[in-house]
Amino acid sequence: MTHVLSLVTFVPTLGAAVIFLLPRRSDTLVKVTTLVTSVVTFALSLPLYTRFDPAAADYQFVEQAPWMPTFGVSYHLGVDGISLLLVLLTTFLMPLTLLASWDSIERRWKEFAITMLLLETGMLGVFLALDLFLFYIFWEAMLIPMYLIIGIWGGPNRVYAAIKFILYTLTGSLLMLVAILALYFLHGAATGTYTFDLPVLARYVLPAGRAQDLLFLAFALAFAVKVPMWPFHTWLPDAHVEAPTPGSVILAGVLLKMGTYGFLRFCLPLFPQATLAFAPWMFTLAVIGILYGAWVSTVQTDIKKLVAYSSVSHLGFVVLGLFTLNPQGLVGGIIQMVNHGLSTGALFLIVGMLYERRHTRLIADYGGLWTVVPAMSALFLIVCLSSLGLPGLNGFVGEFLILVGAFQVHRLAAVLATAGIIFAAVYLLWMYQRVVFGPVTREENRRLADLSAREWVILAPVLALIFWIGVYPVAFTSKTEASVQALITQVQTKAAATAALASRTP
Amino acid sequence: MTDVLAGLVAIAPALVLTVTGFVLMALDLLPPRGRHEHLGFVGLAGVVVALVTTVLLWGSDVSAFRGMVVLDNFALFFNLVIGYATGLVLLLSMDYLRRRGQESGEFYILVLFAAVGMVIMASANDLIVIFLGLETMSLSLYVLAGFFRSRIEAGEASMKYFLLGAFASGFFVYGIALIYGATGSTNLDKLGVAVAAGAGRDPLLLIGFGLLVVGFGFKISSVPFHMWTADVYEGAPTSVTALIATGSKAAAFAAFLRLLLASLRPVQADWALLLWGMAVLSMTVGNVVALAQQNLKRMLAFSSIAHVGYMLIGVVAGGALGNAGVLFYLLVYTFTTAGAFGVILLLERGGEEAVRLEDTAGLANRHPLLGLALTIFLLSLIGIPPTAGFVGKFYLFGAAVRSGYYWLAVIGVLNSAVAAYYYLRVIVSMYMREPEGTPTSVVPSFAGALALVVALWGVVQLGLLPAPLFDLAQSAVLPLLR
Repeated sequence: MTHVLSLVTFVPTLGAAVIFLLPRRSDTLVKVTTLVTSVVTFALSLPLYTRFDPAAADYQFVEQAPWMPTFGVSYHLGVDGISLLLVLLTTFLMPLTLLASWDSIERRWKEFAITMLLLETGMLGVFLALDLFLFYIFWEAMLIPMYLIIGIWGGPNRVYAAIKFILYTLTGSLLMLVAILALYFLHGAATGTYTFDLPVLARYVLPAGRAQDLLFLAFALAFAVKVPMWPFHTWLPDAHVEAPTPGSVILAGVLLKMGTYGFLRFCLPLFPQATLAFAPWMFTLAVIGILYGAWVSTVQTDIKKLVAYSSVSHLGFVVLGLFTLNPQGLVGGIIQMVNHGLSTGALFLIVGMLYERRHTRLIADYGGLWTVVPAMSALFLIVCLSSLGLPGLNGFVGEFLILVGAFQVHRLAAVLATAGIIFAAVYLLWMYQRVVFGPVTREENRRLADLSAREWVILAPVLALIFWIGVYPVAFTSKTEASVQALITQVQTKAAATAALASRTP
Repeated sequence: MTDVLAGLVAIAPALVLTVTGFVLMALDLLPPRGRHEHLGFVGLAGVVVALVTTVLLWGSDVSAFRGMVVLDNFALFFNLVIGYATGLVLLLSMDYLRRRGQESGEFYILVLFAAVGMVIMASANDLIVIFLGLETMSLSLYVLAGFFRSRIEAGEASMKYFLLGAFASGFFVYGIALIYGATGSTNLDKLGVAVAAGAGRDPLLLIGFGLLVVGFGFKISSVPFHMWTADVYEGAPTSVTALIATGSKAAAFAAFLRLLLASLRPVQADWALLLWGMAVLSMTVGNVVALAQQNLKRMLAFSSIAHVGYMLIGVVAGGALGNAGVLFYLLVYTFTTAGAFGVILLLERGGEEAVRLEDTAGLANRHPLLGLALTIFLLSLIGIPPTAGFVGKFYLFGAAVRSGYYWLAVIGVLNSAVAAYYYLRVIVSMYMREPEGTPTSVVPSFAGALALVVALWGVVQLGLLPAPLFDLAQSAVLPLLR
């Protein structure tokens, strides 16, 4: 099967087309078809893990076909250690998210199903595209489904949140478009080959100086908005709070990873010199994000908003890890992307389940849940502990590696970031205590039902992975190491070459 | 004899359209007197024949009437754009006119004669012929703009369009006169020779060209010559608005580009600066003012001004990429805009046209397919992939970056972000709001649906597989750049 990546990417689109033709009356048929599509996609993506060669640093399962030959645009897909886990995370979260939407999406399931499946194609395309033009198409096209999910199925203030989300991300990515074009023409003028092919462009040594800095900044802005890094994060709480549960899960689980993935896939190899030059700035913003996100989380009264701000903090760790440019930091960053997808995704799922029961997300409206819904409370606790980085669970592995990496290059940043972990314990455990422990303060909470079979099916796989990564992370880190090592070597040799180029031209 | 034949070939597409126009005039006198829809279909058949002629003649390079008219790939590409625009407008008009109780044969005849003028402008290689085409087109459009004569806005639209258009034509003719005085010729090639020889510094010639820019700026509705646009777009019948936005713009761009490339390339640095300013102003003013519009036709009017700004980016950037980018964008814009207007003209409430933003509330819930169609057209206007609008902008901004106009590209993309807001507002209204009061109704129409299908096909096809058409556009501009 040579077209496995295309298959994984476009099976959801195919499913969307089938659902488009299904009759509107039968909601169950639509739901089952959507779920089957996403499970099939996940099944198709599993061979990527089993047949992936962890010793090879290069792209695997590569597909390439000319698309616009006169412009050097090709349909080029491939997966390596950097994108593999994110692809699997996407296909893994999708069926769970759809199960979580089963009853919580109350109207227009057919449209919802089509939008979600198109979104999945867009997200997979972003992680798999190895051509800048193709990447940009997926990157932008994916905005629309997310915009519709927030805007149609979201909360009371959904229109504002949806527009804010799309305008922020669009502005960032449009500047990236100009940078992509500039890189294309600079490379073409220097080498005579006009191409958008990422592996080819990554070999090109761009002279150090203003051009490289500006191109780096244009790319970095697009990714920083998406991550989101402080101070570009203000769209995130709005989007998360207004989005329906599936929207929040996908937003936190996958979409935010596109920003950090973009740094790794594009900024580092394409602009190594600028990456090194701006690394201290990125550290500063990352640390501010870690602390600011944690502090703002602490004072939230709405659980969903608390989780949203915690994302700002957690993704600060990821950015910190990526810009250490050493193996521990990078591997930690990649694992932490997956961890955040799982833990925060699970937090949003549980918040969604609480909301479905009580139609409120305010911490003050809960209390004493342990006596009413013990199973749910237990799972909630595990997820909180995973999110705050308890050893033995997944979050610890990523944060530990990142801090090890950061300590080697920037001690102060590492120390401040470690303080961020403490604050994470503060806001999560304090919230958990107020929601779950103590006496039942509200009469309405006495009658809550514990987890249903469907909810068990949703949460069990996530928890299994949380333990698996926590106890035996090598199953995942081993897949990434070769690519990470190759990336670091590439950045260093290119930075050296750039410096040599700069010293020769006075 | 061969001269005559060559001449006939050179104006073949215009001839086909003219003959169709005359046939319609004759048919209009014959029974059945009460109905006129068949005239629309006959007109459409004429347009299709003209399109087929265009395709068959592709690759020819004929010069006729002592070099006043040429038929090259450049003209043929514009014939394609104009043909699609006219065809779509005819399809959109049929049910629309009957619903408005304004059906009559003259409408179709005037649309065809406007198309004749446009096709002549695309082929014109002489300032006088450009002017002839321009007036043929404009006079038809003046009448069409006021076609719903019982409406007061129609009178305003027609009057304003006519008065300001007459002024612009005056500028244009005066410019021609000055240029003739300076060089002794109105032929574009001969002008090019004179400019290359150093006449470009002659103040008389400079003023003459400046006046031509005013005339063209008016017809393409670029800032600061855009004042008429919103009122005319609002007051004219919606299908005529679509024609003014697509066909007449394309024709004016055809003549403008030919003048710039054939005659003024030696002084490109000078006019590039002027057009740089016009591009930035058009994009910014168009988009910012569009933000405040509640009437969809006015919104699309300002959006069309902004899109002219994007296209001027390609003109400024120049080269094969920039100019072919403009041609490609015009084709994309024709499909997209005709489609958007095509959806809007289907909306009505209590027998009246419903063209305000709030009239689209909940449209996608009641008519999912129609809502989806308008969504795709709007996404293409924003320039979101994988629609054609993205590819078009990609070529234009790419050309700007290649020629070193980084700022122009940056201003262009920031404008696209601003524009996203007002297009998205319509999508918000269609999907996320519920109508207050009576919801608008949609009158199904076979011809209208056909037009929408064609426009959607264009938007999707050019978005996913743009290469063949872009190669055609490139082969159309390359001879002019030699």
